[in-house]
Amino acid sequence: MSVILVFLLVIAGFAGWWLSHQRLMTKPWLEQGVAEDFVPFDRSGLPTAKIGLGVFLAVVGCLFALFTSAYFMRMALSDWQPLPMPRLLWLNTGMLVLSSIALQCASVAARKRQMDTVRLGLVAAGLTAIAFLIGQLMAWRDLTADGYFLASNPANSFFYLITGMHGLHIVGGLVGLSRTTAGAWNGARPERLRLSVELCAMYWHFLLFVWLAIFALLAGWAATFIDICRQLLT
Amino acid sequence: MVDVTPADAVPPAEVAEMELYHPHSWWTKYVFSQDAKVIAIQYSATATAIGLVALVLSWLMRLQLGFPGTFDFITPEAYYQFITMHGMIMVIYLLTALFLGGFGNYLIPLMVGARDMVFPYVNMLSYWIYLLAVLVLVSSFFAPGGPTGAGWTLYPPQAIMTGTPGGQEWGIILMLVSLILFIIGFTMGGLNYVVTVLQGRTRGMTMMRLPLTVWGIFTATVMALLAFPALFVACVMMLLDRVLGTSFFMPAVVEMGEQLQHNGGSPILFQHLFWFFGHPEVYIVALPAFGIVSDLISTHARKNIFGYRMMVWAIVGIGALSFVVWAHHMYVSGMHPYFGFFFATTTLIIAIPTAIKVYNWVLTLWRGDIHLTIPMLFAMAFIVTFVNGGLTGLFLGNVVVDVPLSDTMFVVAHFHMVMGVAPIVVIFGAIYHWYPKVTGRMLNETLGRFHFWVTFLGAYLIFFPMHYIGLMGVPRRYAEMTDVTVMTESAHHLNSFISIMAFIVGFAQIVFLFNLIWSIRHGREAGGNPWRATTLEWQTPQTPPAHGNFGKELPIVYRWAYDYSVPGAKEDFIPQNMPGTFGPSREPA
Amino acid sequence: MPIVVVLVLIVVGSVLFHFLSPWWWTPIASNWDYIDNTIIITFWITGVVFAAVVLFMAYCVFRFRHREGGRAAYEPENKRLEWWLTIVTGVGVTAMLVPGLFVWSQFVNVPSDATVVEVVGQQWQWSFRLPGKDGKLGTSDTRDVTAENPLGVIAKDPNGQDDVVVEAADLHLPVGKPVKMLLRSIDVLHDFYVPEFRAKMDMIPGSVTYFWFTPTKTGTFQVLCAELCGQGHPMMHGIVMVDTQEDYVAWLDQQQTFAQLSAPQQTGSAEQAPGNATASALEVAVKLETVGSR
Repeated sequence: MSVILVFLLVIAGFAGWWLSHQRLMTKPWLEQGVAEDFVPFDRSGLPTAKIGLGVFLAVVGCLFALFTSAYFMRMALSDWQPLPMPRLLWLNTGMLVLSSIALQCASVAARKRQMDTVRLGLVAAGLTAIAFLIGQLMAWRDLTADGYFLASNPANSFFYLITGMHGLHIVGGLVGLSRTTAGAWNGARPERLRLSVELCAMYWHFLLFVWLAIFALLAGWAATFIDICRQLLT
Repeated sequence: MVDVTPADAVPPAEVAEMELYHPHSWWTKYVFSQDAKVIAIQYSATATAIGLVALVLSWLMRLQLGFPGTFDFITPEAYYQFITMHGMIMVIYLLTALFLGGFGNYLIPLMVGARDMVFPYVNMLSYWIYLLAVLVLVSSFFAPGGPTGAGWTLYPPQAIMTGTPGGQEWGIILMLVSLILFIIGFTMGGLNYVVTVLQGRTRGMTMMRLPLTVWGIFTATVMALLAFPALFVACVMMLLDRVLGTSFFMPAVVEMGEQLQHNGGSPILFQHLFWFFGHPEVYIVALPAFGIVSDLISTHARKNIFGYRMMVWAIVGIGALSFVVWAHHMYVSGMHPYFGFFFATTTLIIAIPTAIKVYNWVLTLWRGDIHLTIPMLFAMAFIVTFVNGGLTGLFLGNVVVDVPLSDTMFVVAHFHMVMGVAPIVVIFGAIYHWYPKVTGRMLNETLGRFHFWVTFLGAYLIFFPMHYIGLMGVPRRYAEMTDVTVMTESAHHLNSFISIMAFIVGFAQIVFLFNLIWSIRHGREAGGNPWRATTLEWQTPQTPPAHGNFGKELPIVYRWAYDYSVPGAKEDFIPQNMPGTFGPSREPA
Repeated sequence: MPIVVVLVLIVVGSVLFHFLSPWWWTPIASNWDYIDNTIIITFWITGVVFAAVVLFMAYCVFRFRHREGGRAAYEPENKRLEWWLTIVTGVGVTAMLVPGLFVWSQFVNVPSDATVVEVVGQQWQWSFRLPGKDGKLGTSDTRDVTAENPLGVIAKDPNGQDDVVVEAADLHLPVGKPVKMLLRSIDVLHDFYVPEFRAKMDMIPGSVTYFWFTPTKTGTFQVLCAELCGQGHPMMHGIVMVDTQEDYVAWLDQQQTFAQLSAPQQTGSAEQAPGNATASALEVAVKLETVGSR
């Protein structure tokens, strides 16, 4: 359970930072009047939707941290046999990176109100993300063809489970992305479009980060890395 | 008087005037509504309905325990289905849904001075997914083999094996699917509650001016958002074990003389995941209750809550600590025994902020002006039952004391007292308190007092003696205690007595439901602020609050939520949105 | 006002119930009176706190209930009082925790002279295995469980051949000798629990858990399963008899070893050993039926 605890420690860090700005030590009964007189930092200036997405990403992060925790705990048992990583995953990783870059470009373009670039970026991001999903499915097919079935070993089970869970999140993101893309064509208000493009970009970057983390985990580098750290500590 | 508002200091535009959705038809107004108040009522009604099912289930199992062998239809199989569904419904589908989905939805926007939740559409989806989860759960009663009988903890391997009702049939699958849906739905709602508190507060409503109700629900929601994923992970993995034959949790086992295909899995892994959710869950239910009861006591004792700052710190502290105590449910689970030292220590440390909260509640009564209204009576019932249940928690949290007591009726009595009765009496108190705001009418006083006395005394008489049956060594989850030698003849009589009390208390809840319905039409007119309370929900221009809550302009907040009996003020309460400076030796603002 | 009376009655009634009611723990039959003592300490501390809080509340209601024209005092907080209460609570908590942890460390550290007994749980009966003359238990694996080898003892392991196997029958223990119970399950979670011994621990398929104790009284004690293990859970009883040394040796001499039990299998008469696991399932099915029909 150490992975999830470390993750929660990070969340607690954010929460603590935020709380430290809420003047928890004040005596509220002594302060009457308009709050602006004594509260410099109250609400965030960020758009509410971004904060909402941020909270949601924390939940998603928590979910994957828990899968990782379960992965390490199950891995310690004797019947674990790591499975080979299909080469295709590297290509998929590249696709997802491209997808993120495309959305980043769209988001920069949306700020500059270059509508053509925004549309191009959105479509490119969508296509590369779909390519990623197809690539993941092909990787699954290759593995099953080689006899690495879901139930034959816990390492396989975790591989399908975690990549599947990540893929589902990408699918969910694609729903949002398609709505944003539709908005880009149907002339949504520029500020609104900009916000939704930024939200998509944020979500995509996060899922890319999650993918890199779980790729490292499934390929076994994470375990090696932790072993090295442990050896350094002892 | 310092309250001249500079016009240029207007907060971010979307806080004051977010795009409010406007319902056009009856359907969008009352059914597919995006108004948090309507969603709150939908959540509460659904939770109450499914809660009634759980109440009936508890009667059925008390029939079996109190009068063993008398009722043929209660086979051990049926008994385990009853306890499982009773536990799961009460903990998740009733308490969590009612506190966060019901009270959270109704109170957060009103108390922080917002027109609605920040993401109303997502909020609506949250309810409908919750309803779907409930329907899936209910459908398991009609599935072949009936609902699962694995106990609400759903421990593998037995949860998905033949020896357990529903284990190899539909029961467990429907249960897991329902939980997964619930978690998805809850996450949608939870995002709303958290972000509304972060971003939806009206001008002047700083975090330290929030009523403790909002603090409690807010912290509980943050915890729930971080804890429910653990249950989600556990459910998904168990579903794969059950349906696709993986071995996440399933070791090699022999079932009725036959080797199963599973191999090498770890049942303990499930327990870690389950309790990583399960312990915070206790506080997810408790913290909103803590918050609400603070407000009830303060309002009805006409006195500010004692030690507001300590109360806030304690809520946050309990919330954080509750993530590092989960394995105290697993002292005798066979995990590494040295964990016991760590988890016993953290568990007993969490008792300190909890104790501080109790002290502050009773110190609020000290030199108060105590109105013995029904909400106040329920608040006191909460203190009695919560202190009782919290103290028995010190037995079970202290690792070695837990060894003889764990998995006995002592545990059953403990958690019913602390997270069954205590939060439920807060819910009752809160309903008596806020019903006038929701409907514009008071609940009937006579029926209310009858309901209070029967519920409070009855519940205490049910669960206090039950501890001693556990102390004798009688294990929990026994459909048959007749063969247990430590169970004396007199203890069987005690069991019958407990059962009879359970029927009486259950009956009182029907009186309460009748009161709820009857008073909508026939209750005394309440007016906008019948309790003369300070918080914003009582200051709305209309009662019940109209769509958008606060009429044309959002209220501006000038003070904290507890200005009761301030010296120098004419009335014994000053609403949060009343400008002006009152009281002795106040620092200039 | 009735609430004041009721609150006082709750305290008085609870205390009287605690001291006067006939429902109390069964007389202890093991060395774990430490645990009982820790419970007593906890009862005293928590009892005092409960009485103090509820009586204080009753007094507050009595003294400060609403009267016409009355007004509450104004006191937002009192730092000193809150700190004092925190410190006192901390002391109380420490007074419970320290003895608890001390006893826990005894509980988890098995004395070196403890003899080993293996308990195997299965739906819904108890079996036992004792080391033979060599003093060692042979290794085991759930995968090796068959009708002839219900405990899954690995036949190749020479240590296992002389192990005494007690299948679905009573366990005997000598009085006054520390014993380490090794707990194993071949299907679901169970929990080996004898109320008189105070100790218990879950048994998990796929791993071996343990606890230890010293029986201090001779007699017959009922074994209960304390972890929900399916619909036969409340019927999963067993018997532990704590004997004097002579009685124990006499009992032990009558038991069969693993090698003896598996001998007929080698000669090929499989009918001799009907599927024991199936037998137990049938047995419980009959029990369930009788309960159901009651």
